[in-house]
Amino acid sequence: MRAPHALEIEGVFKYYGDFAALRNIALRVDRGSTVALLGRNGAGKTTLLRIIAGLSKPSEGSVKILGSNVRDDAARRRIGVLGHGISLYEELSAHENLTIFARLYGLDQPGETASAWLERIGLGRVRDGLVREFSRGMRQRLAVARAFIHEPEVLLFDEPFTALDDRAIAVLQGLLADAHAKGRTIVMSTHQLKEALVLATDVALIRRGEIAYAGTRTQQMVDDTGWLYRTYEDD
Amino acid sequence: MRNRIIVLLAAIGAALLVWNLHTILLGLPDETRQDMIFRIIYFHVPGGMIGLTGFGVGLACSVVYLVKKDLWWDALAASITEVALAFALTNLVTGSIWGRQQWGVWWAWDARLTGMLICCVVFVGYLMLRRAVDEPNQRARLSAVVSIFGTVNAWFVYKAIDWFPRLQHPGPVLTFRTGGGRMDPVLEHPLYWNALALLCLAIVMVMIRIRQEDVSREIDLLRRTAHASLKGL
Amino acid sequence: MKTTEAVAELEISRPVSAPAPSLIAQVWTIAGKDLRSEFRTKEALNASIAFSVVILVLFSFAFDPTSDQLQEFSGGLLWLVFSFAGTLVLNRSFSRETQNDCLDGLLASPMPASALFLGKSLANYVLLMMIEIVSLPVFGLFYNIRWARQLPMLAAVLLLGTWALTVIGTFFSALTVNLRIRELMLPMLVYPLMIPALMAAMTLTTVLLGGVPITASDMIWIKMLVAFDVVFTTLSVFLIDTVLLG
Repeated sequence: MRAPHALEIEGVFKYYGDFAALRNIALRVDRGSTVALLGRNGAGKTTLLRIIAGLSKPSEGSVKILGSNVRDDAARRRIGVLGHGISLYEELSAHENLTIFARLYGLDQPGETASAWLERIGLGRVRDGLVREFSRGMRQRLAVARAFIHEPEVLLFDEPFTALDDRAIAVLQGLLADAHAKGRTIVMSTHQLKEALVLATDVALIRRGEIAYAGTRTQQMVDDTGWLYRTYEDD
Repeated sequence: MRNRIIVLLAAIGAALLVWNLHTILLGLPDETRQDMIFRIIYFHVPGGMIGLTGFGVGLACSVVYLVKKDLWWDALAASITEVALAFALTNLVTGSIWGRQQWGVWWAWDARLTGMLICCVVFVGYLMLRRAVDEPNQRARLSAVVSIFGTVNAWFVYKAIDWFPRLQHPGPVLTFRTGGGRMDPVLEHPLYWNALALLCLAIVMVMIRIRQEDVSREIDLLRRTAHASLKGL
Repeated sequence: MKTTEAVAELEISRPVSAPAPSLIAQVWTIAGKDLRSEFRTKEALNASIAFSVVILVLFSFAFDPTSDQLQEFSGGLLWLVFSFAGTLVLNRSFSRETQNDCLDGLLASPMPASALFLGKSLANYVLLMMIEIVSLPVFGLFYNIRWARQLPMLAAVLLLGTWALTVIGTFFSALTVNLRIRELMLPMLVYPLMIPALMAAMTLTTVLLGGVPITASDMIWIKMLVAFDVVFTTLSVFLIDTVLLG
């Protein structure tokens, strides 16, 4: 039996009023691939990513994660999202924050899982420190752990490399490499063409709410990062 | 086509209204106990009827929007609710004037007027909410939910007000509520004719409001399109 | 795009087998989280309790606080205090989730929006009851009212009435969470919708504070409170998804 695609988007439209922010988006992502979602500001990257994450409903069309509808429990437990915000509670400790999300995902041993993740991201010694006392970099690392504590099969990132500090980038890259090695699927929207294109196996370019290009990432794109935009954003 | 319907309905409404005013003000005798002020009923009752019916129809349109997600239903819901609110307010104002004559105070906290007031406050909230949300789909969704809550709440208010120890407003007099005998047909018939006249005007207002909604949707589309193309530069 | 069938075959049997987290566990997690962060700062709680005392003091200037007539509207005063002070807590309920985009994190998890709503309502309910437990004796003390004479029934009315305020307040806190003029919209929407529940709670509380047991004719108000709670809880649970996900 053929396994379902990691991500299957069909005929997705998103309207703000009568304005179509996304038009007839269709995209199939195989398991194990890393997709760079590219496009200019306002092209619809974040909108599409929020729809894939189930945070926004498409006006038309369907989004399937590993064969199940994106708002179904089965799909939600298999995707992890890291957006612009860190989604952490300032008044709670690092450990408490992770435990809450471990519980929401129904993990067996939420407390232990949280502790293990804190060690992994190098925050084991401050596990009981409140998030509001953390530096920016610490928050970012904790946010990465929060988003992927349930070992999702599909990882979604909105602008992952913007404004991260060195250690957070190291944590993130370690996580990405690990996820890729385990055959997980990664979708990231980004401006950072160079970093994204090196990591990506596939590329999807959005122009004015439509897919302008979707396909395998070629060496040419990495060597000449401007090529994609020159070719598909001609106007 | 739509323009012609608007003009036609407005003409019918206006003609009916003039004829009704003639009957009500010059044709009818004064009522025995209330003297001439009773004539306010010809605006008070139809205002209330159109207001409450409008809130109900507005709710139905909101629910249709939630099912179909077609913004046209939201525009209809908003237009009807807005016009209904205006008629409900005429009901309140005329009720208050009548109360001043009959009970000596502008506001006697009688049960039905108070219920209507609470209803009006809820739907003023509905209209304020509409102004506070920029994105049309979000606006439609949230205001539909408020409309559902508001209408269910109105039912509770209606029940609660009835049980609350308060001055009671005159009971129903119209034949379709009482089965007849509470109001002389000579006095009752002009009320229905005036309800019809006001209904025509209400429909005209709703149609004009919908046209405005259409235009504002178009403006919103143009604004967003312009915004998107500016961002791309 | 590129096919990676081999990897796909290996991965297919992963965590789908794990049991789905139960709704009740998720409701508890959310309620626990809200209470824990509130107790850590006590910002809303302290402010509401202080505010309720301020309102109680202000009332003493609005009428003669030593008058016997006070009894006749004691229930009304008390519920005004509860609803005004309570909304300080309720208003913050969802807006605190906008900091750091926490709401997105919650909505992305496999938790239905209704569990989020119920968890938050539960936390708010506990906080509101705490405000009431503090302000009720203060009210009795300030205005010389022996409030505990019908305690069990009074407790029942408080429990029912407070849930009504909680459900409406929490739901509209969610509905207005992304609005520009949230603080202005909330009172406009919330108080009119609370009116039937407040009327019932005020009427019953006035009777009970007078030390008189509830008569059969007052039972209609109890029934209405129960109906209000059931109807609006159901409506909220069904509509919260529409409100939060668009």
